[in-house]
Amino acid sequence: MSVMPGPASLGASLRSEVITFGGVVERNWYLIKRYFWWELAFFVWSLANTLTIVFIAKGIKAAGGQIDVNRATTTLLIGAVIWSYLGIVFEFMTETVAWERWEGTIEYTFMAPLRRSVHLFGVGVFAVLYGVLRSAVLFLVVAFFFGLHLHDANFFAAVLVLAVASFSFMGVGTMTSVLPLISPEKGAQLGFVAQGMLLVISGVYYPVSVLPEWMQWLSTISPATYALRGIRAALLDGAGLSEVWGDIWPLMIIGAVAMPLGLWVFRRGEIYAKKHGKLKRSG
Amino acid sequence: MFAVEVHNLRKEFLRKDAARSGLRKKRRRVPALDGVSFTMERGECLAILGQNGSGKSTLVRLLSTLLLNDGGTAFVFGHDVFKEQRAVQRLVNRVSVEASFFKKMSSEENLAYAARFYGLGPKETKVEIPRILGRVGFPTDRKHEGMEHLSRGMQQKVALARALLTSPVLLLLDEPTTGLDPRSKLEVQDFIREVRASHDATILLCTHDLNEAELLSDRVGILDRGKLIALAPAEELKERYGAETLEEAFFAATGRSFEAEDEDAERGVFA
Repeated sequence: MSVMPGPASLGASLRSEVITFGGVVERNWYLIKRYFWWELAFFVWSLANTLTIVFIAKGIKAAGGQIDVNRATTTLLIGAVIWSYLGIVFEFMTETVAWERWEGTIEYTFMAPLRRSVHLFGVGVFAVLYGVLRSAVLFLVVAFFFGLHLHDANFFAAVLVLAVASFSFMGVGTMTSVLPLISPEKGAQLGFVAQGMLLVISGVYYPVSVLPEWMQWLSTISPATYALRGIRAALLDGAGLSEVWGDIWPLMIIGAVAMPLGLWVFRRGEIYAKKHGKLKRSG
Repeated sequence: MFAVEVHNLRKEFLRKDAARSGLRKKRRRVPALDGVSFTMERGECLAILGQNGSGKSTLVRLLSTLLLNDGGTAFVFGHDVFKEQRAVQRLVNRVSVEASFFKKMSSEENLAYAARFYGLGPKETKVEIPRILGRVGFPTDRKHEGMEHLSRGMQQKVALARALLTSPVLLLLDEPTTGLDPRSKLEVQDFIREVRASHDATILLCTHDLNEAELLSDRVGILDRGKLIALAPAEELKERYGAETLEEAFFAATGRSFEAEDEDAERGVFA
């Protein structure tokens, strides 16, 4: 057996990173399978929550308001589904660290020779894929329930906007996932704070123009603002790629900043945890 | 080149006191390791004895890159533990007193997850996992059962398999037999001997068990309140302190019995 690891070739090194990335995705898949019934229960909760919000459009009409119910319902539905999507991404990324901290496996993960960027990207990619799947099912179920007409919708453009926005969401999720390292009991719940703060300034159920001026300024740096606006334009008005480009390029810039910033924040948290002995569960 | 070279290693932790200073609780720095120095030859098994709170686990966590030092240096096969972490991580693995796993996942899934971080793909683990589980005496027909259904002894065998799967050249064993029944304890000890003989591994064994230390190790270190106060072969230690047993030697070296842990528990640092 060789004691000193020799310089790995680029191919071997790449293979190793791909295997590591696959390992993180594979682990999360196992856990989803083991907790399938719990996942189903949370889906029912998301469904009830979304229906509660989307019924508001019909409520306004019933109260005598003059609105296009189909359009208002779809607008609210998009807001509720993005809320749910962000919830899944942030919760999954934050909970992954919290879970490892709780089970005590985090020490074995953190003493393994894996790049933190590959580790967290694997967690983020799985969260995004799972979030997209659950959100798509949620959207379809509620749209069917209300009999929404989406004849003009450009689903391709909507999915593209969501895909580009997801890089920014992964960056923010990486920042929130450091919290359970510092407080295993309460840290994961702070992910909800990030989700709420992001959406309240981003026009989740209302146009950004109704916000106070200082909140409107904050909305310009929130990726959710562009995601909601672009997806609504694509699904409500059938906007094509050229029309949603105005929302895609800011998302690309925010993503290019949020991903490395998230990683930097996580690394600071990891150093803090290693300095103060926060990785251990006991012993 | 030494397998392990530790010089004047220090680690402190902040501990909150019950007393308050204004709104904030007072904090004080408690030394967990205080100027520890030693070296290990390749293939050597070194046992570290110490009471709870003596700093054994802190030493293991520092060498496995899970803690950052407050002073001193540590090298593993020439790599700086605190500056070349990935190089050290490729060489080291650890088995601790608590066999930490995802309880809902099976032993096979847990091992596959750990192995991926060391570059082992699905094809390799499909062959290696049953082989290594067999080596540690784990019934391979139970590899699909959730970890929560396995006994403590079985879980510890899977923990040994996890460490061995990555072919570490430095194995850090932190009370690997604590809490096991006598039969499981013997099986784990036999396995440690086998790993040493067949695997060319250097082993740092932190233990409470004086017999275990004497049986398995080449040299025994006594860690007391964060200080390494003695390091020699067991026979030499007994001779040095005029003792019949290792327990008597421990008492003579520390001035306290091995079981008396009240004072160290008060230090409030890692075991």
